[in-house]
Amino acid sequence: MTLQEYTSSIHNFEECMKCTVCTAYCPVVQVNPLYPGPKQAGPDGERLRLKDPYFFNKALKYCLNCKRCEVACPSGVHVADLIQAARIRYDHSAPKLRDRLLASTDFMGSLARPFAPIVNAVTGLGVTKKVLDATMKIDSHRTFPKYSASSFERWLKRRRKEQAAFPEQVAYFHGCYVNYNYPQLGKDLVKVLNALGVGVQLLEKEKCCGIAMIVNGMSKEATKHAVHNVAVLGKAVEKGLKVVTTSSTCTLTMREEYPALLGVDNSAVKDSLLLATRYIFERLEAGAQLKFRPDFHLKVAYHTPCHMEKLGWGVFSEKLLKMIPGVEFTLLDSACCGISGTYGFKKENYEASQAIGAALFEQIRAVNPDVVACDCETCKWQIEMSTGYSVKNPISILAEALA
Amino acid sequence: MKANEFDVIIIGGGITGAGTQRDCAKRGLRTLLIERSDIATGATGRNHGLLHSGARYAVNDAESAEECIRENMILRKIAAHCVEETEGLFITLPEDDLEYQKTFVERCKAAGINAEVIDPADARRLEPSVNPELIGAVKVPDGSVDPFRLCAANMLDAKLHGGQVLLYTEVTGFIKDGDTIKGVRTYNHQTHESGEYYAPVTVNACGIWGQRIAEMAGVKIGMFPAKGALLIFAHRVNNVVINRCRKPANADILVPGDTVCVIGTTSTRIPFEECDNVRVTPDEVDLLISEGAKLAPALNSTRILRAYAGVRPLVSADNDPSGRNISRGIVCLDHEERDGLKGFITITGGKLMTYRLMAEMATDAVCRKLGVDKKCETAVTPLPGSEKPSYKEVADQIWESPTTVQKASAGRMGTRAARIKDNDRYDQALICECEEVSVGEINSAIERMDVSTLTDLRRRTRVGMGTCQGELCACRAAGLLAKAHGCIQREREDLNDFLTERWKGNFPIGWGDTLRESEYTQWVYKHVLGV
Repeated sequence: MTLQEYTSSIHNFEECMKCTVCTAYCPVVQVNPLYPGPKQAGPDGERLRLKDPYFFNKALKYCLNCKRCEVACPSGVHVADLIQAARIRYDHSAPKLRDRLLASTDFMGSLARPFAPIVNAVTGLGVTKKVLDATMKIDSHRTFPKYSASSFERWLKRRRKEQAAFPEQVAYFHGCYVNYNYPQLGKDLVKVLNALGVGVQLLEKEKCCGIAMIVNGMSKEATKHAVHNVAVLGKAVEKGLKVVTTSSTCTLTMREEYPALLGVDNSAVKDSLLLATRYIFERLEAGAQLKFRPDFHLKVAYHTPCHMEKLGWGVFSEKLLKMIPGVEFTLLDSACCGISGTYGFKKENYEASQAIGAALFEQIRAVNPDVVACDCETCKWQIEMSTGYSVKNPISILAEALA
Repeated sequence: MKANEFDVIIIGGGITGAGTQRDCAKRGLRTLLIERSDIATGATGRNHGLLHSGARYAVNDAESAEECIRENMILRKIAAHCVEETEGLFITLPEDDLEYQKTFVERCKAAGINAEVIDPADARRLEPSVNPELIGAVKVPDGSVDPFRLCAANMLDAKLHGGQVLLYTEVTGFIKDGDTIKGVRTYNHQTHESGEYYAPVTVNACGIWGQRIAEMAGVKIGMFPAKGALLIFAHRVNNVVINRCRKPANADILVPGDTVCVIGTTSTRIPFEECDNVRVTPDEVDLLISEGAKLAPALNSTRILRAYAGVRPLVSADNDPSGRNISRGIVCLDHEERDGLKGFITITGGKLMTYRLMAEMATDAVCRKLGVDKKCETAVTPLPGSEKPSYKEVADQIWESPTTVQKASAGRMGTRAARIKDNDRYDQALICECEEVSVGEINSAIERMDVSTLTDLRRRTRVGMGTCQGELCACRAAGLLAKAHGCIQREREDLNDFLTERWKGNFPIGWGDTLRESEYTQWVYKHVLGV
């Protein structure tokens, strides 16, 4: 007899063997009984939704989109993609004003930046937090990231000539956080890359990667961003440039979510888009050298962000940090910190968010490092708020250690 | 009147028997239904689950076509929770003769079937999985029907009207007085007890096995056992029934039903002795996939869940070797008129679609014999569970914001989902994760629907019918059954039987993900649970 044309299904969810490892690894299931878990929400639910969209379960909004289910799946099922795709396809309720505001990171950034000192002072006030909590359901425990008075883009533009002088060049997708909230990380990257003889260019007007829009019911807006970003990334790639990033989530979104969730083809740029830690590690492997301070000493605990686990690139950050003389390195257990971008800011998710991160926070306290290293800005906010330890991107630690 | 005396005994727990019992019971008769295994184990549960519009028969069998469309419209009203109003397409492919479409549409219209020629592009929009190369399309009021649910609902209504049901009870002989059937002798396969039941009329509603029962009664009916094989795919590829617009042939109907879709059938005459043990051959699987992919190319790369086959209860008419040309028409025989045997009626032929009409004809005959003058109401009274037109209305009425499992229960049980216990987290917990069946629903089925084995439970709740084929649910459901029946040993054996039965359906299509999953299941049960 002849077998089917393909014995493995094009419908990826059919490869699910119901082993339920995804649900065992899901951080939300353990703390929120209302969430049906990735197996149920993903491959199981998909069969029912294909029968009738009526079977769509609103509880899918509790998914963190941490992608741990996909990392755990031995059958290669894109569990989290199925869940997010179902939310995009079947949840037609208009996003709340709060969710729109939380999701519009670059819009908010460009509004707030000119008034940064005032905005920072106001958002930091207890009374503001209480008002936001009561009116917008943004949890009062949270502090909004501070806005920087001057954007990273402006800083780098002023150094365009000096950067162009380097024999080698990369383009940098800095993302909203570096641009509006924490330009120092971008400056640190420029310092490290310059030390390797590499100059840094801006992309031709990047936009927010769109992840916060995807998970907040604004996929149309996210798709516009994706199309725009793939085009500007494409221009850099055509020039023969690699594009580096410093945020694991922006990277995962542009590499994997664009085609899987938004249907935006990124095949021309995907392989050229790398986290800076991976780019730097590969340069060093190829023989490049960095000079470090002889007196540097730092006890570092590295937290692998969930999206870094999904990329499988945590190892590059880990190896880079270990390479620095004077670094006492601890790899923290693989665990979700619980914030997952805008998720933890929402009042209804606050308790779950903290419960998910509890074990990680405890381990950090037990290790008692000088600094926690991590490639994700939202993990940074969560860990800093929940433990009091300062959190830095591995790139910043590398920059500090340079001679 | 004694406890073992009835007005009518019905032999056969398929849809015809269940429908006949319902009709008789609703006309005030004291009824007993006897079935040698479980409900819907013959042709009733082994077909497409197609709610025929009748279009398939319009060209060759006008009578069946007219019956189908009439019953189609009736079932939509009386069996809402068993029926999905999906619509159907008859597509013409480049290799088919487009001329046939004209005849087809004319004959459909003559039979009262609303057949509408639509543009192939519209057909692709209506059903995106359809073969994009189609050159013609006709839209007809096809749908799908869950035969297990339909059968159970008929039997339940009979019981609500005083009917009695004996499952796993085989008729071993007839009690005769001269030329009159007075009753039946039985043997219960579970209790191993023999019994005798009396009634002035006995109805033979045994489908293909009716030949054997008739022989036992001393009359002869020539049945034509035509095997039909089908494949179940693991999810819905299509949401609209897809048929080929040509003379009925092999594997030319793809029916979406519940969470799956089914391609079929073949038609092969088999010796009568094989009716109890039909198998799907590799050639049949090949044929079903290759022909099926012509309807919806995605079938080529979609996981297949199971293969199964049924035997059509056709009544011999001519020397047609495949049985394709035998009428699907209803045969109702009063053996007193035909053979001089009093108190015995055979109802056979026909199809799932026309079961209600068959039941009405049989019940009319029973009433004539008993001198009862009551009108048939089954065409207008909804079945229990079908009082509301859709599961959405049912679920939204019972629960404020229904969960997926509650929605799924409403889909399976209709309005009777309100009786499921789901007040606490235990009752809400899932037994079957693929089909979303809760502890409450399983317990409700065990209590009210004559469940003795896991396979019985599957027919009533869909437990074990999903992609895992019992991997996660079988042991959990077995736990509930063991508790209900108070016997662990019996349940261990039942679990074994259930898993073996699941494997039988996987075996003919045992490759790819289905094979991986059944290997995994075997590992879980054998090495982890020690079954």
